[in-house]
Amino acid sequence: MTTRTAPPAPTGRALTPSRTAATAARVLRQLHHDPRTIALLLIVPVAMITLLRYVFDGAPGTFDSIGASLLGIFPLITMFLVTSIATLRERTSGTLERLLALPLGKGDLIAGYALAFGAIAVVQSALATAVSVWLLGLDVTGSPWLLLLVALLDALLGTALGLFVSAFAASEFQAVQFMPAVIFPQLLLCGLFIPRDQMHPVLEAISNVLPMSYAVDGMNQVLHHSDLTGDFLRDIAVVAGSALLVLCLGAITLRRRTP
Amino acid sequence: MMNYRQGDPVTPGSDRPPPAVQARDLTVVRGDRTVLSTLDFTIRPGTITGLLGPSGCGKTTLMRAIAGTQAKVTGTLTVLGHPAGAPALRPRIGYVTQAPSVYTDLTVRQNLDYFAAVLHPGRTHRDKRRSAVTRAIEEVALTTHADVLAAALSGGQRSRVSLAVALLSTPDLLVLDEPTVGLDPVLRRDLWDLFHRLAADRGATLLISSHVMDEAERCHRLLLMREGRILAEDTPEALRTRTGTATVEEAFLHLVDEAAARGTHPEEPTP
Repeated sequence: MTTRTAPPAPTGRALTPSRTAATAARVLRQLHHDPRTIALLLIVPVAMITLLRYVFDGAPGTFDSIGASLLGIFPLITMFLVTSIATLRERTSGTLERLLALPLGKGDLIAGYALAFGAIAVVQSALATAVSVWLLGLDVTGSPWLLLLVALLDALLGTALGLFVSAFAASEFQAVQFMPAVIFPQLLLCGLFIPRDQMHPVLEAISNVLPMSYAVDGMNQVLHHSDLTGDFLRDIAVVAGSALLVLCLGAITLRRRTP
Repeated sequence: MMNYRQGDPVTPGSDRPPPAVQARDLTVVRGDRTVLSTLDFTIRPGTITGLLGPSGCGKTTLMRAIAGTQAKVTGTLTVLGHPAGAPALRPRIGYVTQAPSVYTDLTVRQNLDYFAAVLHPGRTHRDKRRSAVTRAIEEVALTTHADVLAAALSGGQRSRVSLAVALLSTPDLLVLDEPTVGLDPVLRRDLWDLFHRLAADRGATLLISSHVMDEAERCHRLLLMREGRILAEDTPEALRTRTGTATVEEAFLHLVDEAAARGTHPEEPTP
């Protein structure tokens, strides 16, 4: 029997900027109809960091360290959740299949999501950083702009991870369970609770290959140093590289033909 | 198998140009089940072909294969001169799934705006997009609901939004999976009028599935399916005449019995 029904659909087609922009605008328009989600995305990090400030009322040094780390962790977690659910809905509603049957590149879809959620993350992080630095007295030696840069890269990493794991979730129940599965181990090992070099050597070795460790370390570099350190540059390179790698893995999970 | 491809009465708009869809030995496997088994059929351009058969007979799988979204397709399947699923076909085929695939958290117009931007990207096509969106909304009679969230629409209205998306690109081939399910008689008639206008005025080819046999009479030609095979391929009149029956439904049942008597139908599950 001949098998010449179709050549494999081209993977990873070039981006079309206008289609990417249209996709990002569509994602933001969907959020626009959901003001409660926007409010939660913007207010929850600010509320948590405020809470943290008064939990460590008697130990401002601890607040500085944990607060800066959290500014990096919030965007990662929220964007992970929002993206994994949004992509899952795209898969289950049939709109993903419809889009892939149209002349839309996979890169357009992924970059569209990354742009839209990246924009939300910028607003979210700007708000949380501004409140922390100006109202709560977070003592940052470096530039708050660098905190914002790390937060944005963290958000992109969260978007990338969410997009990727949504391919392995068949329902919203499964998708939200990926949050503890993917995020919690990184949270425990990232150096938030105790410096990573004080952990069991095996755990330290594991933490060396988890991207959140670098996200948190990057925040702490800005906290303690007024100039761009080599460690800081390594940190943002690792986070950005991980985000890009996982986005590419996410693109592989988008299939034009499904069984 | 009964394929009456030759000597059919000529249907409107077909003076034998190349077929819109041609299948030879088309087989689809899902999991370890053979859902479609060595299908051979031809769909002529500019006609409305009804794809009829009981639920679970493989209608949706066949439509997905033609639209290029079905994996594990073997045999030959040529669509508008290209192998099914070829990238060149994507702007030329409108495929509407049975479940409406639109964003429920966008309005009707926002849904169409987005899909139009995917089809005709760029600032230069802005006017073209705007007129295509307005026309598509009119064609499915949702002008009064254009700014309503899709989530707030009824099931029938939402499936018409899904249909409108397929009409944006003036496709050469429209593959519609049960587009009239759950619609009231007036809307059903209006939609069938629209389908006939698309075929007659634009020369579009339509493949429309249904498990309601009374819709068969509205088609130029029919593909009757059962258990992953084509039971018959003909015009509604010819099917009735050949089987000596009054309706397509009776003709279908007659053909099923005939096939069963000859033992040519696929393996029945034995309880």
